[in-house]
Parts: sequence; structure tokens; C-alpha cells
Amino acid sequence: MRAAVVVFPGVNCEHDVVHALRSLGGDADLVWHKETNLSGFDGVVLPGGFAHGDALRTGAIARFSPVMSEVGRLADEGAPVLGICNGWQVLCETGLLPGAHIANRDLSFICRFVEVEVIDTNSVLTRQARPGQVLRIPLNSYEGNWVDPSGEARVVLRYVEDPNGSQDRAAAICNERGNVVGVMPHPERAFDELLGSSDGQVLLEGFLHSLVPA
Amino acid sequence: MTTATEVVHRRLGMTDDEYRSVVAILGRDPRPAELAMYSVMWSEHCSYKSSRSLLGRFPTEAPWVVVGPGENAGVVDLGDGWLAAIRIESHNHPSFVEPYQGAATGVGGILRDVFTMGARPVALWDQIRFGPLDQPKNRYLFKGVVAGIAGYGNAVGVPTVGGEIELDDCYSGNPLVNVMCLGIMRRDQLVLGTAGEPGAVAILLGNATGRDGIGGASVLASASFDESSGEKRPAVQVGDPFAEKKLIEACLELYDRGLVVGVQDLGAAGLSCAISEPAGRAGVGIDVDLDAVHTRETGMTAPELLMSESQERMMAFVSPEMVADVLAVASKWEIDSAVVGTVRAGGTLTIRHGGDIVAEVPAASLADDAPRYDRPAARPLGLDDLQSRSFDGSDLDVAATLCDLLADPAIGSSGWVHEQYDHMLFLNTVVGPGADGNLLRIKGTEKALAVSTDGNGRLCALDPRIGSARLVYEAALNVAVVGARPLALVDNLNFGNPEKPEVMWQLAESIAGISEACEALGIPVVGGNVSLYNETDGVDINPTPVVGILGLSDPMPTNPPRLGRARAGMEVWEIGPVATGNLDGSTVQRLHGELGGAPTPPDPGMARRIVDIAAALAHTAPVLHDISDGGLAVALAEICIVSGVGATVESEHPFSEDPHRLLAVVPPGTLSADPVTRRIGAMGGDDLVVNAASVALDHCADLWHGALSRALAG
Repeated sequence: MRAAVVVFPGVNCEHDVVHALRSLGGDADLVWHKETNLSGFDGVVLPGGFAHGDALRTGAIARFSPVMSEVGRLADEGAPVLGICNGWQVLCETGLLPGAHIANRDLSFICRFVEVEVIDTNSVLTRQARPGQVLRIPLNSYEGNWVDPSGEARVVLRYVEDPNGSQDRAAAICNERGNVVGVMPHPERAFDELLGSSDGQVLLEGFLHSLVPA
Repeated sequence: MTTATEVVHRRLGMTDDEYRSVVAILGRDPRPAELAMYSVMWSEHCSYKSSRSLLGRFPTEAPWVVVGPGENAGVVDLGDGWLAAIRIESHNHPSFVEPYQGAATGVGGILRDVFTMGARPVALWDQIRFGPLDQPKNRYLFKGVVAGIAGYGNAVGVPTVGGEIELDDCYSGNPLVNVMCLGIMRRDQLVLGTAGEPGAVAILLGNATGRDGIGGASVLASASFDESSGEKRPAVQVGDPFAEKKLIEACLELYDRGLVVGVQDLGAAGLSCAISEPAGRAGVGIDVDLDAVHTRETGMTAPELLMSESQERMMAFVSPEMVADVLAVASKWEIDSAVVGTVRAGGTLTIRHGGDIVAEVPAASLADDAPRYDRPAARPLGLDDLQSRSFDGSDLDVAATLCDLLADPAIGSSGWVHEQYDHMLFLNTVVGPGADGNLLRIKGTEKALAVSTDGNGRLCALDPRIGSARLVYEAALNVAVVGARPLALVDNLNFGNPEKPEVMWQLAESIAGISEACEALGIPVVGGNVSLYNETDGVDINPTPVVGILGLSDPMPTNPPRLGRARAGMEVWEIGPVATGNLDGSTVQRLHGELGGAPTPPDPGMARRIVDIAAALAHTAPVLHDISDGGLAVALAEICIVSGVGATVESEHPFSEDPHRLLAVVPPGTLSADPVTRRIGAMGGDDLVVNAASVALDHCADLWHGALSRALAG
């Protein structure tokens, strides 16, 4: 049971995600964006950063990276696919999740701890959490303001206080099956009390428990 | 003065005497490309020609120094095979001309200095100084610089974990933007800026070369400002953090796989520097073919190619059998590469363009034969008078003064700034922005690195020697309060026009003060930068040395002190010498008086003792906080605000900024009184009470949290 952590040029949270998943007993390895075969993996994380420099707009180039067809296959097969921050933006751009991201309401980058409430536990990210549980996790984004005219998404985490204008105060959403999740705050930055919070553990553990051999 | 090139050299910022030196070295008139190379390499920014004679004063040796001053970054040994690389730089003049790009490219440049050494850059600090924020131009510069640091630092994927802000009239026409970078590596990853042996191949990696930043080092960084400075905008470079990110990853892969002999970044003086310095260090020459350089515009001349400061470029020196592998790594990371030269025995740089030899110069002469000026130094005439004007703060109202201080944008929370910076990436940031010192763990070890940067132009204006020494002691104490012992220092000397004797005197005094304090603490200076000509319309800035101290905590505290860990019932102790009533150079004086007087001198023996006490106490105390800007009252208010609990204390001089003092908040029974340890009160309640003057904690918090954002709203 192994997770692929995809490295697009310009992402920067890939090592943090691998470190956090391994610290929790998971098996995770970096995969270059030109990889065209993820048959050895049971799930995928698209980590945060600036894939392809966010050229044109966030995620716009990443959707064309060769690895994305395999990400789409795994998503279709029901495997866990988690996009964190920029990774969520890539999933929206790819069409695996609805909506898109625009600049934060106050037009400034936000890097700080925020509180999110668990709304829906029927997703690979939130399955180990309790409904109503409040988690303290760092936000770190400029385009964190999610908009979705379709109304198709399920909100799984909601900001307790709106930091960025995101629709429905959504901090994380999932697809209908609950196996594809996009989350704006960084659970991998909240897995160690020494760094201020371990509240992200319950989310990453949910993802790890969702990795089952195909 | 008869030939055409002799007129050209002045336009390139070169004096007639310097031109004659070039003629003497070459034994003939220089060709245009040669003149271009000498003009940038001999600029103040690159050659330190005015300061070099003074910089030898710094103590630079210690058993743990792996690489001292002179390379791209200083490197120190952390034990168990770990090395840290550290470097500080200024981007003052570019940031005034174009704040976003000036600050952004400053970040890019300092990163290259660190990953050139083989280290992965793991953290950045920014020290920024502006004029008062009630002036719209200063607000514009402040916001632009912060946006530039955020825009570049966040996207390049290196966290900005701290820094400092100073506001003073003297920076209105000449803001200071300093940036420091820390990298870590395993010992076998260390790479030096050497061209290697004859036969090695020079490969230019990264961005295409354009006409941006032509002469940035000579025209912009080494001259003074006046009303025409807007015309210098074409000399400011434009940054591309995505290109830099790819360059970092590609270079780290090259080092991991042992594919390079040496590496040099292209910063100030561009290609001229990147070929002459590695060749000079290795005692070799290089044949360079400028036609091979990948460019983004057509028709660039040889001087332009040699002077361009286009960003995000590196020069790698590679054994011939490794060339194909290096080019493949570049291709994988989607960065451009070009084989541009071959290392030769003999020490001559031979540069061809369009099939012709356009330059043929001794490599070492560019780097090592720059003129050195022993410029005259003289104590400023008005200094005695200035030092006689002491500030009397004896009748200050404690509650009102505390509120004034907390509402000051340079004292209040820096949250508006650091929340725009990614300060958490890499999962190392144990103690982040807003603390005295930052603490970064090294994952998989018990070690942590502590860093503090400090500057204080007002203190140094009153007495550059005392002021500079106090910065060192303050930074050392700041790393101690998070549990580290100081290990090494880097400095950024921001001064005025060195052609004025009083500025040279300030520089010499400051270097002496830093050196004396480093000697007292037993720490070496491992690198630095000198930024001169910080003047506008003939008025110099306050002498503003900025020091950064790197400390090592091993083992790091299991639960390091933090401002937010105070609880009701804990005791408040003051550790250090008893404060005097001297407020000269203090923040209170800035708010309520005119700069003047003679600041309290440091006490080296006391400094060592207090650093030792703090570093030991950091393993048990919930809160340790250095007493500095705004004195004990502000230090305590910060603890109360962040912890959400009031306090009641007695202090004879609550606004004194006398050195070597800190607050400790501990459970009862932890500390006992001695000549340097005094219990001054306790935590509890909803008010901050200093000498019976009470201010509601909520009010303090509102003033402190909103101080900077209110000032920036105008």
C-alpha cells in the first residue's frame, strides 16, 4: 500500500508530505510528473507549491503533465487522490473536482494557522475524524478562494472563520464518491506538536487507511 | 584623456586612476569588453575597495569554521557530518528604484549564494528599514518590498522565518532591504567556487541572458541617489522564482550525484564575476565563447553579455566526462544550459565573440587587483554635541508611554508582514516569526539551529562602536533564549558615502565594535556584505550594521520557550544587570524626543554570563524574552498579549533598553535570587500593571496587533 507524491517542477511541499506520511507509518515515494505508469501505487498526493510556476493560472499547465492520465485512472478506480493547496487547484483544473480558485479576498498571501470544522466524514481525508471536530491547521496560499457555480461538491472541511472568501467557507471538498479530495490548509504541516499542532494527523491517517491494493 | 575608451570608463563608474591601473595591468589600452569587465568587478559592490582595508579586523577563525569570508557563503560545522551555510546581502538601491523586483531579486541572489555551496537553502530572514509610514511614498515602498519578498520567497519554496523592521526618517530616501539565507548540507555535499583543473568545462545553467541589470553593480549599487534615480530603472533586474526553483533542484541533483567540480552563481557583475572568481581561486584561465551563451535578445554586444545581471543563472565547472550527465540533469529540470568555456592552464581569460578575441586579461587581476582605498576617516564634528544631548525620561507617564510604544508600527506585531511569507515550509520551524530568535530543527537529529538578526541605526548613530557591539550581544542573547549557543556571525554593513571621512570613521568604529563583541563571545565572522553610498541628495543614512548570528542547540529543548506559554500564577523574573535610567538611543526617545546622548556601553563579561544562563534556562523555562526595543514594559506586554494573561510587576526603569537583560516567566520555585536574577512580579489578571500603572490587556492587544496595519492604511 503505497502513495505516489507527484513532483511537478515548482512544487515545494513534496518532501514534507512524504516525511509526514512516513512518520505516520505510511509508505510514500516521490514520482516525477513525466511518469506514465503508477501501477505500483494505490493512491496519489498532489502536494502544494507552484506547479509549473503557476504559469497562466494555478494548475493550468499541470493538467497536461504526463502523469495526470494515471492520476485520472486511479481516481476513476476509486483510489484515494488527495490534492493539497496547489494540488487542489490542479484537481479543479483537471476536472476531477468542480470549481476553481481565485485570489484571496484581501489580495494577500496568507500563511497562518486556521481552524477548520469537520463537516462530512465520508471522504478519504476525513473518514477518521469526528463530525464537528475542530482542527487547527496552517493555511498557506494566495489563490485559496474557491468558487463553484455548479454546486456539485461536497464540503468536508469548513473554516470556522472565513480567511479568504472561499465559497461556503470550504477548506476541503470531495467528489461524489469521496475518493478525490482537495484541501487548502496543509495537514502535513500539522502532524507534530513541536511545530504547533498535530491536528493534521487524523486527516493523513484517513488518507493512509484508504490506500488499499487495487 | 584622449581616447574614446577613456570617456567610456567614466560612464561605467570608473575613475581616471582606476582606468590607468587597467592600462598598467594590460600594458595597453583595454578593449571595450575588457573595460566592461574591470568596471563591474572593480565596482564598490564587488571589490569592497573602500572597506577591504578595514574588514581584516574581523575575527574569522574558529575550529568549527569550514569556509570563512571570501567564498559565496560562510560554512560552519554542526557536528555529526552536518554543515550550515549562511550569507547576508543587501538590495537597498534596487528596492528604492523598483521595490517589488528589487526585493524579489535580492531573495533570488542570496539563495544562489547558499546553494552554490552545495547546501539546500532552508530559511530566509529579511531586515527592512524605511522612512516613517505617515508618508505615502514610504508605505508604497514598504508594501512593494514585502510583496516582492513574499512573491519570490513563497514561489521559490524557501520559508521566510523572521527578520526585523526599523522605521526612521533617515531611510525615507534610501530604504534598506537586507536578506539573509541559511542552508544545511551533509559534509560531502560541500562545493566551492573553483574552476578546477585545466580541461574542465564551463557550463552556463539557467535563464537566458538579456540586457537587464547591465552594470547593476557599478551604476546602481555603488553610487549615490538623487532626483534622477528613476532613470536607473533599466539597471534593476527582474526575478523569476520558478526558474530559480528549478535551478535549485537541478544543482542539488548535480551535487548529490557528484557531477560538478565547482560552481559559481551569476549575481552582481554577471558572467564577468562567474568566470574570473573561480579561475582566480583555482589559479587557472578560461577560454570563453560568448557566441555559445544562450540569450533572450538578439544583437547583444560582448560588453553587454559580460555585464548582464540577468537572474537565475549558474556557472558549473565540470570534468569533460561528466558533461553529458550535467546537460541531462538540466534537461530533466527544464532549464537551459550551454557549454561556454574550457579551463586552461596559465591564468588568462580569453574571451571570443563573433570569432574575434574581445578580451584577454589575467583572471586574478579582476578579482584580486581591484584598487584598495585607505580613505580618510574622521570623527564627525557634531558628535560631541549630539552625545551631550541626553534624554530625560524621568517624568514619563508609564501607562501612556506603554500604549504609545505598543501602537508604534516598528514595535507592534509584525504579523501583517510575516503572515504574507510562507514561514513553515520544510517542517523545521519550531520557533517562527515574532520571537527573539528563530529555532529550526534538523529533522532526524536532536540538533536545532537558532538565528537572530539585529540592527539599530539610531544607537549606532550615537556611538557606532557601542551600538554595533550591542547588536552582537543582543543577537547572541536572542539565540540563547531559544536554547542555542552562538556559533558564527554574518554582517551587512549599510553605511553612507565612504568618500566622506565621517562615514569611514563610522564604518571603522562599527567594525571594531562588532569585532570586540565577537571576540568576547568567541564567535567568528564567517561572511558579510558592505553596502555603501546609502545617501540621498548628500544626506547619509544612520550607520546601520545588521548582524545575523547563527546558534546551535544540541540537544534542542524538548519544549523550547515561547512567548505564549505564560500562565496565571507563574512568576516574572528579570535576569541581567540592573538597568540604569539611560534612555539615549531608545525607542522612547524616538517617540518623545530628539536623537541624542550616549547609550549605555555593553559589558562583555556580563554578556557571556547572561548568554550562558539563558541557554541553560531555555531547557526548562516556559518563557524567556530578551529585553530590547521598548524595554521591560514592552517585553512583558508581548508575553501577556501572546499568552492571553495579565501581569503585575515593579521595575525602576521599565523603558530602559540597557543590554544583557531578559525576562523569564517560570513556575514558583524555579529560580532563586542572586545579583543578576530578580523576581519582579507575577502573571495573572486581565490587566498589565507596571509600577501600579494599569492598562487593560485587551487594549494592549488591540494596539499591538493593529499597529502596523493601521500605519500602512495611511
